[in-house]
Amino acid sequence: MLNLELLTPELTLAVFAIVVILLDLVIQRKGWLVVVSIAGGVVAAGFTIAMWGGSSQALFNNMLAVDNFALFFKLLFLAIAVLVILASVDYVSKFSRFQGEYYALVLLSALGMMLMAATAELISIYMALELTSISLYVLVGFLKDPKSTEASLKYLLLGAVASAVLLFGMALVFGFTGKTQLGEIAQVIQALSLSGVLASPGLILGMVLMVAGFGFKIAAIPFHMWVPDVYEGAPTPITAYLSVASKAAGFAIILRVFYSAFGLPSWLSLDWGLIFAVLAAIGMTLGNIVAIPQTNIKRMLGYSSIAQAGYLMVGLATVGLSPVVDILGRSGLLFFLASYALTNLGAFTAIIAISGKLDSDLIQDYSGMGRRAPLLALALTLCLISLIGMPPAAGFMAKFYIFSGAVQHGLLWLVVIAVINSVISAYYYLRVVKVMWLGEPDSEEKVPSSGALRLALSLSCLGVLLLGIIPGYVMKLAEFGARMFVF
Amino acid sequence: MDFNYLTTIIFLPVVGAILIAFLPGLTFRKIKSLAATFTFFPLALSLYVFAIFDRSGGAIQFEEKFSWIPAINAHYHLGVDGLSLPLVILMTLLGFLVVLISWKVDLRPREYFAWLLLLETSILGVFCSLDLLLFFLFWEIEVIPMYFLISIWGTGRREYSAIKYVVYTLFGSAMMLAGILSLYFATGSLSMVEIAQGGLAMIQSVMPVVAIFFLLLTGFAVKLPVFPLHTWLPDAHTDAPTAVSVVLAGALLKMGGYGMIRLCVSIFPTVAQQYALILVILAGVNVLYGAAVTLRQTDLKRLIGYSSISHMGYVLLGIFALGQVSLVGATLQMFSHGFITGLLFAMAGLVMHNAGERDLRQLGGLARQMPIIAVIFSVAGLAALGLPTTSGFAAEFLVFVGSYSSTIVSGIQVYTILGVLGIVITAGYILWMLQRVFYGPVLKQFDKAKDADILERVYIFTFIAVIMLVGIYPAILTDVIKTGIMPIVGLLGG
Repeated sequence: MLNLELLTPELTLAVFAIVVILLDLVIQRKGWLVVVSIAGGVVAAGFTIAMWGGSSQALFNNMLAVDNFALFFKLLFLAIAVLVILASVDYVSKFSRFQGEYYALVLLSALGMMLMAATAELISIYMALELTSISLYVLVGFLKDPKSTEASLKYLLLGAVASAVLLFGMALVFGFTGKTQLGEIAQVIQALSLSGVLASPGLILGMVLMVAGFGFKIAAIPFHMWVPDVYEGAPTPITAYLSVASKAAGFAIILRVFYSAFGLPSWLSLDWGLIFAVLAAIGMTLGNIVAIPQTNIKRMLGYSSIAQAGYLMVGLATVGLSPVVDILGRSGLLFFLASYALTNLGAFTAIIAISGKLDSDLIQDYSGMGRRAPLLALALTLCLISLIGMPPAAGFMAKFYIFSGAVQHGLLWLVVIAVINSVISAYYYLRVVKVMWLGEPDSEEKVPSSGALRLALSLSCLGVLLLGIIPGYVMKLAEFGARMFVF
Repeated sequence: MDFNYLTTIIFLPVVGAILIAFLPGLTFRKIKSLAATFTFFPLALSLYVFAIFDRSGGAIQFEEKFSWIPAINAHYHLGVDGLSLPLVILMTLLGFLVVLISWKVDLRPREYFAWLLLLETSILGVFCSLDLLLFFLFWEIEVIPMYFLISIWGTGRREYSAIKYVVYTLFGSAMMLAGILSLYFATGSLSMVEIAQGGLAMIQSVMPVVAIFFLLLTGFAVKLPVFPLHTWLPDAHTDAPTAVSVVLAGALLKMGGYGMIRLCVSIFPTVAQQYALILVILAGVNVLYGAAVTLRQTDLKRLIGYSSISHMGYVLLGIFALGQVSLVGATLQMFSHGFITGLLFAMAGLVMHNAGERDLRQLGGLARQMPIIAVIFSVAGLAALGLPTTSGFAAEFLVFVGSYSSTIVSGIQVYTILGVLGIVITAGYILWMLQRVFYGPVLKQFDKAKDADILERVYIFTFIAVIMLVGIYPAILTDVIKTGIMPIVGLLGG
């Protein structure tokens, strides 16, 4: 039995991506490309929702898992892709060529991420990861100006190194367990005694190398070097896409691999839990401190995303330290990812609109934006407040939720570091707010924005407020999505 | 009870804020009348609540409880008791008065009044929340309006002061968040009522209770402020616009004192008893250090700002003397200080506005040009130093009597007497300030300075009326406060 119907969302997306490329060849009014791409996202999301709540199943000899966890992430990626496409309209309409390819690549990378969330086998994990990465390498270099090209090259080279490290780690794990399927790996490891595992340091090394390989995707310290340059050089919608979707996919895969394959015995999960706890502490501190002197808003958000990855890793550490049955760590992570995605997309969408007019990403040029474009400035302010983690925005609830899980599993020290970091981060986020509302405008010209952009911005801001004030429903979804298929 | 009084009181100002911010085509006049309307109704409602408040029992009244976030067991839970009701009145009354005080603010009025109303909502929310998450949410929301109000409409080094305020407050609330999370983990509940009733028996973890106590206390101590976490206060006060100084001194600082009583003392009575001595000593330092530094200020607003530190020392003394009388005194002192210092700031604003000068070395002889302001300022000053028939006297008297006779902290008499000495210094700086501003030779450059106009007279006389009313008949408040304090005293076992 192939059970192909379980892959409907992915297949739909692939078909739509191909249709977009072909359509680009024959039609003149490129607006239709946007419509078709969004339709693809929406239809795929519809199929995903229809599958929601069903029992967990596996496909292709347990290579792919169709469980709540995967469905939650698929929905998240589709939502992000649709919002990114909406936010790209202004930006892409300036391109003379390759508009179809742009949208198709966004859809294809979303497809890769959807597969990443579902894969439960080392080789298909690698394939899904590469499908995502290669689409993103191209998208980052789409502008073809020196900065964009440099960013793309840097991303490609470092990404290739990370992939190599990941593969090496996978090879080691395979070498010591003889399995590639996560559930089977778990069985082999659980059958080993403590001394048996200690006698095979290669297995531990493989695990560590996999942390490094995935760490690149989520921009964890010390694998974060690419972030500021790539964020600065890439087209802004793609920066937004990278900062949320690529990160969420990285976390999805880490959760899946470490939870299913290395979740037991508990001393092993304690080990990687502590690794993530230390990475989290260093990541958020470094990200926040280096973000302070930045003058380019995209670079600043790049460092901020490193810091946010640190907060997210608090959730990973919680998963490592908590018993397997406890879902608080995972659901906290899922909720945080959802709220972070909405927040960062909102912030970047506002930046796209503002920078499109200013032709500059420098924070000082945002001076007086509060008067030139009050609604855009208000939306950006809300998103920045959410990034600090202050109410009434989503970021506050996300932090509360993820930290409450951490405190329950003895990570009070990490939570104290994290909350102090939030204070540090307030300093540079508020600097942007200050420039926008306190500075004098350079000119009185209004900042125009297209309907698509406004739609994307209002959707994200609405989401940020909703998750910040009545998060109950999404928290339920996250709890539901935290239930993973166990082989 | 069908009508949700508290929800209405809390959220009316924010509705006003939204209308002011987004209604198209509002004139300056309309903005102000909207702001006045949306602060007047909460005031009227809260006075009605005060009138029908049941003074016989100690229970929480006007409760509203709905499930909010089931995943973490958080509720939308509001209620007032004798402890919070006076503070709610304080805020709604000040909220209305500061709109009048701001009547002449014409720089970006839309944003100004919108932020001011949002600030009122968040402070009211803090006083009414009975759920820790809700409490923290309102506690944090307050930072944003304050940041904008100080940094846009302030004077001097306003941006520096604003960011300093934000960083200090966020540091305090970060500690508090860690404390709340630990408490939630330890008890599995976010309800203040449940946790206080269950007492420490609910805490089933190895988490040291003392650590939670001090995490929470740090958050409140930044706000109150307690030495040595006070340095944001003079800067914020000096550079904030008049109305914001009034809210800051009048209501915001009280969030710290309220939090200490509501969370630190009610939930951890034994820990509070254990560490009371340290806090009482800090209170003594607050009073004397604050007063001593006030003596040598030359900026009118900075002087009043520092005097707040000294006066908040009495609140801290009253709270951690942990006696019934002292706790009632501390709560009354919070209320009374809100009006007295609020009035002082309002008057300082008038002097500044009408004379165009706030440096004490340049001012002088203003009693001639502005007789009404001089008289009212003097009355406010005398109230600040605790003259009988003003609320300052009633409150400080209760604090001193209560702490002197407290049996919980050994040697508290020494610190109480030190605190009383603080009053002498207070008399010194208040009288000296009045003398330097209003008396002495009449200066020519102020000949054109005007006295208070009709509107200004309305609000300053309202302040005076409240101060005198509470001073002459303190039972109007202490009867209510007692119903809130009695259950806490019961927990303390005395």
